[in-house]
Order: sequence, then C-alpha cells, then structure tokens
Amino acid sequence: MTGISALGFDLILAALILGAGLFAITVRDLFGAVVFFIVYGVFVAIAWLRLGAIDVALTEAALGAGLTGVLLIGAVARLSRVTTPAGNNTSDEMRRPPAGARLASMVVAGSISGVLGWAFLSLPDSTGLRDAVADNLAVSGSANPVTAVLINFRGWDTLLESVVLLAALVGLWSLARDRDWGRRAGLRQHARPGGVMATFGRLLPPFGLLLGVYLVWAGSSYPGGAFQGGTVLAAVWLLIMMAGLMPVPRMVSVGLRAVLVAGPLVFLGIGIAGAMAGTFLGLPPTYAKPLILTIEAALTLSIAATLALLVLGTPDPSP
Amino acid sequence: MLADALTIVLTGTGMLFFFAGTAGIIRFPDTLSRLHALTKADNVGLGLLILGLAFQAPDLLTLGKLALVWALALVAAGTTAQLVARSAWQSGEQSAERSADAHDPAESTLRGDP
Repeated sequence: MTGISALGFDLILAALILGAGLFAITVRDLFGAVVFFIVYGVFVAIAWLRLGAIDVALTEAALGAGLTGVLLIGAVARLSRVTTPAGNNTSDEMRRPPAGARLASMVVAGSISGVLGWAFLSLPDSTGLRDAVADNLAVSGSANPVTAVLINFRGWDTLLESVVLLAALVGLWSLARDRDWGRRAGLRQHARPGGVMATFGRLLPPFGLLLGVYLVWAGSSYPGGAFQGGTVLAAVWLLIMMAGLMPVPRMVSVGLRAVLVAGPLVFLGIGIAGAMAGTFLGLPPTYAKPLILTIEAALTLSIAATLALLVLGTPDPSP
Repeated sequence: MLADALTIVLTGTGMLFFFAGTAGIIRFPDTLSRLHALTKADNVGLGLLILGLAFQAPDLLTLGKLALVWALALVAAGTTAQLVARSAWQSGEQSAERSADAHDPAESTLRGDP
C-alpha cells in the first residue's frame, strides 16, 4: 500500500481503535465491554503490524486480545454467578459505581494518558538504542533484535516478567477455599465423548503444537518468542482439557509445579552462572545462542502452563 | 487485469455476505437464527474473500496459507456454532421446565435467549 490508500487505511484503523476503546469504556453491559475490549486488541495488533513491529503485533494478538479476553470473559461469567441470585434477569446490567469513584478513575486514567502523550511529544529526535543494539547483535546469540534485547541485553526485565506471571498464579490460587485445595483446577469440563468438542480437540492440537513450537524456534532469528509460542501452547492444552481428552491437573501436583517454576529457575540459574563469570545475566558470545534457546524453551513451558492455569482458575465451588 | 477484476468482484460479494451476516446478528430474534446468520458470513463470506485474494497471491506458498486460513476458520466456526447452539438449546429447555414448574407463562418467552 502506498500514498493515499495507505493514509486512508491508517486513518480508518485509528478511528476504529478509538471507537472500540470508547465503546469498551462506555457500554453499560459488562459482557459487551469485554467484547469491545477484544475487538480493540485486534485493531491494535493490526496497527502494530502497520508500524512494522511484528513481535509486538503477535504479542498483542495472542496475549492482549486473546488471553486477556478469555480471562475477562471467565471473570464476567463468575461475577454474574456470584452477584445475581437465580431468576434475577438483570444479570448483565453493570451496577454503576458511585460518582466519586468514577470521577477519580477518570482523573487518574486521564492524567496517565496526558503524561504519556507529553512524554511522547517531548522525546528528542533520536534513534534511541537502535544503533547500539544493531552494533552488538552479532555477539548476542540471536539474529532477531527483539529477542536479543529480551533475553540478552535486558534479561532482567524478562526474568522479572516471568516471576510476575508466577506471582499472579500464586495470587489466584490463594483465592481457593481450603477444602478445595488438592482438587482439579477450574470448572468441571463436560464434553460429550465423541461429540463436536472432542473431535475439535483432536483435530486442532497438531496445528497448534506446530505453530507454538515454530514461534519459539523462529524467535531467535524472526519475529516470535517464548510469550507468543507459550500462549499458543496454553490454548492447545486448554482445548485438549476442555475436550475431555486429558485430565485437568490437581493444584498440588509436584510435576505441575516443577513445570511452573522451570522457566524462571533456568533463567535465574544461567544468570547466576553469568555472575560467577563476571556479569549477572550476561551471556558469553560463544554460548549465547544455545543459552538463549535453553532459556526460551524453559520459559515457554512455564508460560504455557501458567497462562492455561490462570484461565482455568480455582476449583469449582459447587462440588 | 482479469485477475484484478475477479478479485474486486469476489471480495465485494464476500463483503456483502459479511454485511448481511452482521445485519442478521443484530436483527434476528433468537440465538439459533443469529448463529445461522453468523456462520453464513464466516463460511461463505470469508471463502469469497480468500478466493478473491488468491488471484493476487504471488506464489504457491501464499496460496497454501490462504487456503489454510479458510480451512481453520471453517472448522473453528463450525465447532463453535455447534457448541453455542447446544448450549442455547439446553438452557432454553431448562428455562421452559422451570417456567412449567412455576406455572408462570411469562417466563417461557425468554426461551432461547442466551
């Protein structure tokens, strides 16, 4: 796309993003707000594509629109079960918070947008760290600058991100009641054996596994990586469990917990080995590529398991 | 030239299907007929779009990817439609039973709503 058609496309896209965002905030019905949030995420992913940031576009589509959308839909379903007694048909109406709370959140959100906008407009005209990354790409062990930054140059951020994800799951699990502890995570799955869901659960996983592993493997030289691949693998695992082809793991399972901590633990271990050799989280150029692949593989497993368990949630309260 | 014309005709027709499907989702009264409208847009509309775009594909690999997109969307849309329909049907049955128990004829009008 060039010239006028590209400009027209971008203007329409920007209008759609703003419109979807506005509807997500203003629509009264909770489920509708979630739907507009997902639509918003898809449009933002297309915008990242238009900007040439394919890694960010993939992450936005997989995590921002896909996974967060599923989490929010689950939250709405649980909320409506908790807050409205059976037979009450106002289940979808959002109860309006008091005016003070709405005003306060408007002021906070508005100030954050204002500060971000000001920071963006007052940025000095420079290429940032792009040249520094490009100069050191050869010794980073990765041909994809995004992966080089995420695992090598700014390994700290990614290590802490993986720990934050784990902390989120610990926080969610701590909401489970004591007597449910040790039961299978999430709501009971009831797919009919031999039904559509069971067939779908057999048909799609091979494609999903291939795509998930490819995204991780390709991440070292092309757009892709542990977070995008992990999200796809989480979806595959969830699909298999929902189709009733594999049991949902128990929350006390030692094997499951080993998978959950494997990523941060391997990352931290390699970081400490680097500290012995001189720099914490520093990767020696000769071993950088295999080390990055090891970290990415372990992180992918942990991210996939954590995301899937976040979607499953705590055990069904009705026994 | 001919390829471009075919692309325009096919994608245009495809968008008509999406338009009709969207109108159906908004206007149709119950879940099952709304699903009918949605799956028409998904299957035929997307199929026509993909067919139109296929005339612009530079190589066989792109052609294969387009075909895969359509095939996966068909399977996913078909499965989801079945699941939503079954769920709507069952909850419709349940609310009908409940209203029969309560002897409340007004509630049976809710039947079929998600």
